[in-house]
Amino acid sequence: MVDVTGLLPAVTVVIPLLAAVMILVSGRHENIRDGFTVAAAVAMLVSVVAMLPSILSGERITISLIPLLPGGDLALRVDAFGMVFALTAAVLWLLNSFYSIGYMRSLKEHAQTRFFFCLAVAIAAAIGIAFSANLVTLLVFYEILTIITYPLVVHVETPEAMAAGRKYLAYLLIGGIFFLAAVILTYILTGTTGFVPGGFLAGSAPPLTLQILFVLFMVGFVKAAWMPLHGWLPAAMVAPTPVSAFLHAVAVVTAGVFGIVRIAGWVYGMDLLASLGLGTLLAVIASFTIITASLFALTEDNLKRRLAYSTVSQLSYILLGVSMLSIAGMTGAMAHIPIHAFLKITLFFVAGAVIVAAGRERISDMKGIGRKMPVTAVMFSAAAIGICGLPPLSGLISKVYLALGAVEGGVPILLIVLIASTVLNAAYFFPIIHTMLLGRPDDERSLDSVSEPPLTMLVPIVLTTVASVLIFFFPSMPFMDLVEIAIGEITGSVIP
Amino acid sequence: MIEHLPVLLVTVPIVAALLILLLGWHDSRFCYPLTLATILFQFAGGIALLIEVMREGTIHYYLGGWAPPLGIEFVIDTFNGYILPIVLLLALATAVYARRSVEKEIKPEKIVSFYVLFQLLVTGLVGMTITGDIFNLYVFLEISSIAAYTLIASSRKPRAYVAALNYLVLGSIAGGFVLLGIGNLYVATGTLNMADLARLLPASYGLATVHTAFLLLVIGFSIKVALFPLHLWLPDAYTEAPSAVTVLISTVMAKVSVYAMFRVIFSVFTTAYFVETVPVTELILFIAAVAIVAGAVLAIAQEDLKRMLAYSSVSQVGYIVFALGVANQIALEGGLLHILGHAVMKGCLFMVAGVIIYRLGTSSFSDLKGVAATMPVTCAAFALAGASMIGVPPTIGFASKYYLVLGALEAGHWVYAAVLLAGSLLAVGYIWRFIEVAYFSASSHHEGGDHHPAPGVREAPLSMLVPMVILSILCLVLGIFVDPLMKIVAPAVSLLLGGA
Repeated sequence: MVDVTGLLPAVTVVIPLLAAVMILVSGRHENIRDGFTVAAAVAMLVSVVAMLPSILSGERITISLIPLLPGGDLALRVDAFGMVFALTAAVLWLLNSFYSIGYMRSLKEHAQTRFFFCLAVAIAAAIGIAFSANLVTLLVFYEILTIITYPLVVHVETPEAMAAGRKYLAYLLIGGIFFLAAVILTYILTGTTGFVPGGFLAGSAPPLTLQILFVLFMVGFVKAAWMPLHGWLPAAMVAPTPVSAFLHAVAVVTAGVFGIVRIAGWVYGMDLLASLGLGTLLAVIASFTIITASLFALTEDNLKRRLAYSTVSQLSYILLGVSMLSIAGMTGAMAHIPIHAFLKITLFFVAGAVIVAAGRERISDMKGIGRKMPVTAVMFSAAAIGICGLPPLSGLISKVYLALGAVEGGVPILLIVLIASTVLNAAYFFPIIHTMLLGRPDDERSLDSVSEPPLTMLVPIVLTTVASVLIFFFPSMPFMDLVEIAIGEITGSVIP
Repeated sequence: MIEHLPVLLVTVPIVAALLILLLGWHDSRFCYPLTLATILFQFAGGIALLIEVMREGTIHYYLGGWAPPLGIEFVIDTFNGYILPIVLLLALATAVYARRSVEKEIKPEKIVSFYVLFQLLVTGLVGMTITGDIFNLYVFLEISSIAAYTLIASSRKPRAYVAALNYLVLGSIAGGFVLLGIGNLYVATGTLNMADLARLLPASYGLATVHTAFLLLVIGFSIKVALFPLHLWLPDAYTEAPSAVTVLISTVMAKVSVYAMFRVIFSVFTTAYFVETVPVTELILFIAAVAIVAGAVLAIAQEDLKRMLAYSSVSQVGYIVFALGVANQIALEGGLLHILGHAVMKGCLFMVAGVIIYRLGTSSFSDLKGVAATMPVTCAAFALAGASMIGVPPTIGFASKYYLVLGALEAGHWVYAAVLLAGSLLAVGYIWRFIEVAYFSASSHHEGGDHHPAPGVREAPLSMLVPMVILSILCLVLGIFVDPLMKIVAPAVSLLLGGA
C-alpha cells in the first residue's frame, strides 16, 4: 500500500456540491438546471474513473482538508473498498439522473428544483462517505446524507408522506446519535479514529466495552436496515420512484452496509470480531433479517413495497458475509454491494416506469402489462432472476462467495439460510414475472393507453441490466479486482 | 489612545447615547447611523483588544489611574477577550437589523428612546464583560437590565407590559441576590476586586459567609441566565418584546449573564472551591440535564414560532451550564464554543421570526403554511441555523455538542452524556415543527411546476436579510473552521481552570 496525496478525492465531492448551487440558481430554467445535474454526474464519474488506475495499482489517494475536531481531521482517503462504493454510486447516479429527469417531467412533479438540489448534495455526501479517512469524516457525511434526503422522502407532501418522513428522520437521526456516541467512545479508548486496515481497537478496552461499542456502531448504521430497525425503509416508499432508486441502490442503504463493513474491516478487524464472538451476533441478526424480510415481501401487493422488503433482505446478505469472518465471506459481502445495487436499481426503474406509463403500483393490476411494455418487463424479469442468484447475472457471484465463506468459516448452517432465502426470493419474484409477461388483464382494453416509458427512462433500465450481465461475464473488471485488493489490505495477505 | 481603549468602549457609547437623545429630538433620522457607528466602533475595539490579548497577554486598565483594590480595574484576558467580540458582533448585527423592524413594531414617538436604550443596554453588557471589579459588575448588570425591561415594554403589544413587569420583578430579585452575595464577599475579605478576592478567599473557604455568598451569587445568576426552573420570566419576555429586542436579549444579554456566572464561579471562587470544598458539580449537572430536556419538551409543545424559540433557549442554556458541571478542559471548551454558537444560531432564528412577523404580522405556526415558497431566503437561513441547533455536522452546533459529550465521557458521566445526546434529538422535534410547516405543508402544493409565490408576501427588506443570512452562514463557517477558533477557546478555558 502506498499513500499518495492528490486533489481528485476532494474534487469528486465538490463537483456535485457546485452543481447543487448552480441548480438552485438556475431553478427557473428547467433545461439549464437539469443540464447541470447531468454535467455534474458526468464530471463526477470521470473524476472517479480517473482515480481507478492508481487504486488498482495498489495506491491509496489521500487528502487532509482541514483539522476539525479532536479525533479526526476532515480527511479523505480513497482505497479499493471506498472505490467499490464510489464507482457504483457514480455510475448509477448518472443513469439515475437521466431517469429522474424523465420521470419528474413525465409526471409534471412539483418542486423539481428542490428535488434535484437535494439529490446533488446527497450524492456528494455519499461519495464523502465512500472516501472518508476516519470516523469523524464518515459521521459528518453520514449525517448530511440523512438530513438532505428528508425533503426527497416527503416530496409529495401528503399527510402520509409527512408521517413517513418523520419515521425516516426518527430512525436515522437516533441512529446518528448512537454513531456519534460510538465515534467519541472510540476516540476516548484509542486516541484516534482513522481507519487502519485490519483494525485498531484490539487490546484497547475490556471485551465487554468493545462488544457494547460494536452494538452502538450497529445501531448507528441503521441505514443498513437490518431487522428490527428496518421500519423506515418501507415507509420511505411514498417518495417518487427515482428517490427510491437513490435510497436503495445509489446511496443511502449502501452507505449503511458500507459503514458496517468499514467498521468490521478497518476499525475492529476480523480477528478481534472473532475473539469477541461478534460474528455470531451478526450472523443471527443477518439470518433473521434475510428470512423475515423475504416473508414480508411475499405478502406485499404494492410493487415498490415488495422491492423494499427485498432490499432489507438482500442487504443482510452483506452482513451475513461479514459475520462469517472468512476471506470468502468478506469477499462476497463486499462484492454484493455493487452487485445488489445494479440489480435493485433496475427493478426500481421498472417500478417507476410502470407508474409513469401505466399509472399502476399494485402487482395485481399489472396483468399482461408486458405485452405493451415488453422491454421493460423483460428487463425486470432479468434483474429479478439476478437477485435470486441465477446465471447469467451478477447475483450468482456474490452468492457463490457467500456459500464458500459459510463453509470456510465453519458455519455450514448459514448455507441453509442462503438456500431458504433463494427459494423465498423466487417465491416473491416469479409471480411478478408471471403476472407481467403471461397474465391476462381482467379488461383487455385497459391496456390500450399503455406503452413503453420515454427513452430517458427506458435506456437507463436497459443499461443497468446489461451492466449486471457484464459483471457476471467480466467480474474482475473492475469490481472483483478492487474487492481483492481491499481483502488483501484487511487480512494482510499479499496481493496475488 | 490605544491603551485607553477599554474605558473608551464604555464611555464613548454613553456619550453617544446622550448624543442620540439630543439629535434624535431634533430629527429622529440621526438615531440609526449614530447607533450603527458607535457599535461599529465598539466592535472594532473589541477585535483590537482580542488581538492584543492574544499577542501580549492579559490587559489591566486602572480607571482614573487608581490602582486596585481602591480603584476600579478593567481586565481583559483570553476569556472575556473571546466573549467581547461575540457580544459586539451580535449587537452590530442586531443594530443593522433593527431599523426596519422597529419602524413596524414600535410607535414612532418611541423610536428615539429605543435607540438610546439599545445603546445603553449594549454598553452595560460591554461593561459587565470587561470589568475586573465585582461591584462594578453589579452596577453594569443593573444598567443593562433596566434598559432591557424598558425595551421590552416599548412593544406595541399590550401583553409586553406584563412581560416586562414580570421580568422586572424577577430580574430585581436576581439583582438583589447578586448584591447580597457581593456584600457577603466584602464582609469576608474586605475587597471587591475579583483578582484580590480570588487571592484572599481561600483562607476563608470554611466560613458560612462565603458559602452563603456563593449560594446567593449562583442563584442570582441562575435567574439571569434563565436556568430551569428559574426561567419563568423568559418565555413571555422573549415572545412579547419587539423582534430586534428579542434578538439582542436572547443572544447578547443571555450570553453575558452566562459569562458573569462563569467569571464569578471560576475567577472569584476557583475550581478548588466549587469542585472540592462544596462539591456542587453533581447537582449542577443534574439541573442542567433537566433544563436541556424540559426546555426542549416545552419548546415542542408551543404553537408559536417565537415562543418555541424562547423555550429552546431554556434548553440551550442547559448545555452551557452542563459544561460548568463537568468542569474539565474539553467540556468547558464545548461550553465556551456553545456560547458563541448559540448566540449566532439563536440570533439568526429570532431574526427569522422577526422577518416573518414583519411580513405576515404573526408567528403562529398555523399561519405559516408554505411560507418557504414566498420567503425562500429567510426559510433557508432558518434551516441552516436550525440544523446547527440540532447539531448536524459540520455546523458549529455539532462541534460544541461533540466537545461536550467528549468531556462528559472523559469525566465518566455516562448517563449525562446520554441525556445530552437525547436532548439534541429533542431539538429536532421543535426545529422540524417549522420546517414541516414552512416547506412541506399542503397549502404550498402546486401541480405542474415549482411553487408559486402567493401575492402580497415577499422577502424581507435587505437590511434585515443581510445580517440574518450572515449569521446563518456563520453557523456553517464556524463549524468548519472550528480548529482555529479553539486557539482562542483553549487558552481561555485553561485560564478558568487555573483559577487566575
